Amino acid sequence: MRELSLHIIDVAENGIKASADFIYIEVAEDIPENEFKIVIEDNGSGIPEEMLKNITDPFVTSRTERRVGMGLSLLKEASERCGGVFDIKSSDKGTIVTATFLHDHIDRAPLGDMTSTIMTLIIGNHGIDLEYKHIFNKKDFIFNTKDIKEVLDEVPITDPTVLGKLRTMVDEAVKKLKKGID
Amino acid sequence: MAKLTINDLKKIKEDVSKATSVRNMEETSVVTVHFGTCGIAAGARDVMNTLMNEITEADVHDVKVLSGGCLGMCSSEPNVTVQIKQDEPIIYQNIDGNKIRQIFKRHILKGEVQTEFALAKK
Ligand SMILES: Nc1ncnc2c1ncn2[C@@H]1O[C@H](COP(=O)(O)OP(=O)(O)OP(=O)(O)O)[C@@H](O)[C@H]1O
Ligand SMILES: [Mg+2]
Repeated sequence: MRELSLHIIDVAENGIKASADFIYIEVAEDIPENEFKIVIEDNGSGIPEEMLKNITDPFVTSRTERRVGMGLSLLKEASERCGGVFDIKSSDKGTIVTATFLHDHIDRAPLGDMTSTIMTLIIGNHGIDLEYKHIFNKKDFIFNTKDIKEVLDEVPITDPTVLGKLRTMVDEAVKKLKKGID
Repeated sequence: MAKLTINDLKKIKEDVSKATSVRNMEETSVVTVHFGTCGIAAGARDVMNTLMNEITEADVHDVKVLSGGCLGMCSSEPNVTVQIKQDEPIIYQNIDGNKIRQIFKRHILKGEVQTEFALAKK
């Protein structure tokens, strides 16, 4: 994938398919430690133990449309190619996927348009809640749809106009975070 | 820890409530953008972005947008399914920003199926 934020949609959609109603996404960049970390957590039905053992084998999939599943194997490959570690833990309470990368590795795809990833997940999946935490050199920005829905009240968060405005705010907040402005 | 402020969010709510107080919230069409791995790699997120912009610009509120799983037709991704009311759903293939714009303006707003991009029926 051209952007790490595209892998994030892919992995999050797996959780939603497994009936999760809450997704936690963390992007942690640490320049002094030269680490780029992605965490995607869901509270879906989890992956059966037998399947989990070789989950990143592309021929492991529960899909019936075609016999290969690629989402997780692609992310694992991307992370390991960039000196990182890929890990997946799962139980009947949910699944946690972690992928790290050397921040400055030449093959590391850029994070890309993370805000579009978040807005896409929100508009497409009515009824789920999502928390997005972006950590940059130990400072963070948190975006949680539960908080937002409380303020919006009867105005639906999936309204494209609402999402357009949220997009601008999140873009600005993350830009500030990276510049180190509080 | 940085967060969006309550005031910012209240402002969104006010703006949108004002603009939509008379709107009919009943959804008459459902657009599903398919987000399997192949669809994502082929540009499904860009299609979704363009669709969201078109809906905002046209100021329509009766279109429901969903994200769907893969249809198993990897070579023709991104795929988009459009269903107007109880009509038969139409699957569109190899969709990009321009094509979704055309589908939105002609099919979703005017009901004209864009057969040039539609999956041929058996
Ligand atoms: N978060 C999750 N919760 C429950 N099951 C999961 C989760 N992630 C993956 N799986 C299971 O692992 C399989 C492989 O996932 P993977 O994303 O690699 O491929 P896929 O989703 O089957 O297909 P593709 O991603 O290529 O569209 C899935 O079919 C699903 O059964
Ligand atoms: Mg998948």
